[in-house]
Amino acid sequence: MSEPALGVSASPHVKGGDSTPTIMWSVVASLVPVVASAIYFFGPSAALLLAASCAGALATEMCFGQRGTRRLCDGSAAITGLLLGLTLPPGLPLWMAFLGGAFGIGFGKLVYGGLGQNVFNPALLGRAFLQAAFPVAITTWPVRAESWWSLRGDNFALPLMSPATQDAFSGATPLGLMKFEQTATSSWDLVLGTTAGSLGETSGLVILVCGLYLAVRRHLEWRIPASIFCTVALLAGGLHLLDAARYPGPVFTLFSGGLMLGAVYMATDMVTSPVTHRGCWIFGAGIGLLVIVIRLWGGLSEGVMYAILLMNALVPFINRATQPRVFGAIEAEGGS
Amino acid sequence: MSELVWIFLSALVVNNFTLALFLGLCPFMGVSSRVETALRMGAANIFVLVVTSLSVSFLNAFVLVKAPYLRIIAFIVVIASLVQVVETVIKKVSPVLFRELGIYLPLITTNCAILGLAIFQTNRGYGFFEGLAFAVGAGLGLTLALVLMASIREETELADVPSIARGMGLVLIIAGSLSLGFMGFAGLLSSS
Repeated sequence: MSEPALGVSASPHVKGGDSTPTIMWSVVASLVPVVASAIYFFGPSAALLLAASCAGALATEMCFGQRGTRRLCDGSAAITGLLLGLTLPPGLPLWMAFLGGAFGIGFGKLVYGGLGQNVFNPALLGRAFLQAAFPVAITTWPVRAESWWSLRGDNFALPLMSPATQDAFSGATPLGLMKFEQTATSSWDLVLGTTAGSLGETSGLVILVCGLYLAVRRHLEWRIPASIFCTVALLAGGLHLLDAARYPGPVFTLFSGGLMLGAVYMATDMVTSPVTHRGCWIFGAGIGLLVIVIRLWGGLSEGVMYAILLMNALVPFINRATQPRVFGAIEAEGGS
Repeated sequence: MSELVWIFLSALVVNNFTLALFLGLCPFMGVSSRVETALRMGAANIFVLVVTSLSVSFLNAFVLVKAPYLRIIAFIVVIASLVQVVETVIKKVSPVLFRELGIYLPLITTNCAILGLAIFQTNRGYGFFEGLAFAVGAGLGLTLALVLMASIREETELADVPSIARGMGLVLIIAGSLSLGFMGFAGLLSSS
């Protein structure tokens, strides 16, 4: 051995192979099955929308990213674009998706100084912006197209023109049916994903499997989804026992809407979730509680997005409250 | 009783004065750089709101019945004198806090959240206890918004914010994002 036996270097001495790009690209890779199932269920519209929202996110990152932080290759803008695309209804005009991606990256990430410093999840901020700006377009859900190849709505509507609405196309999501018409969708349809809804809010099973893969590779904090699922299941189960006609059961609540996608991919965003383990449990429980409150008593049928955004705002607080005690330290008496 | 709880929760989150109705933005932007200061500003606001609500109930019941055209003038006089009281007390009790709040303390007088509360309360015909629940809810809602904003601003203090967004620009963007989040509560409580 030609190397000297005694190596001298600064700590840390044991390093993992993970870096920001490897983690981000592995998340992108784990999204491939979710994207594939979205395209399988919604045809070319899904592919177009995902491409448009990614283009918006990447273009903004490229044009306005600061010199030091302009890192297209780290994959974080691609994740934002993909996740935003997965929260959109398949019939949305493409320019809206582009705008959402641009807004999410610009006002959700770049103004804070780029990756790692943002407070709110950029994809969800883009989605909330679209919901506020285009409330009609973003809640129009197509049911079923004649063939796989046909578009699910007026994807190519020009900016500021009202899209051609076809009555035959508008359907309702399982959550909407439950809330406004008290009709339950069968759990099996929900788990497999053969229902109307946003691109990524259909197949819970695929998302769970992808999340499991990420959790095993430790690129995802499993405590957050676990805490969300437990809270939602407990609350929904309890309410269902109280009044089964009015409140849907836990399986429906877990697998309907964007809960799976939100819990697995959005709440676990490393930048906007708490750093302590105890904080993660609290964070997840807060999201679960807000989801139930907004879904059951709010004016909207879906609340995952708002629940995560609101808990994002509380993260600095959670971090401070759950700061672990330094080993061996004792409370100062009588203050400083 | 449930009516009172409804009014309280509605003022606290659903129609949060700052994040849903955009009232009282001036202290929200100005005194939200430290959590401690934000909490005390919130406490001062709660006090002024509650006493305003009590005075408005009194005025509405006994004085303004005879002279409704004096309403806004009467409210402003009440609010201004209340703020004077708060200012004198804080100056005496905690000179440090007095300096930290600075111009924003006398500005509570022109804080539209306070006058807004007085006018909402009158227009909706709230009685004594309803007004009290409304004032406490609105005050806690203001404090909640202030503290949320302050904790986020402390967090972004070390961030590498681009020069165009530094300072008030970022604060306004955070306020907008928070408000987008609070839109999720829209329609809550209205159906039940």
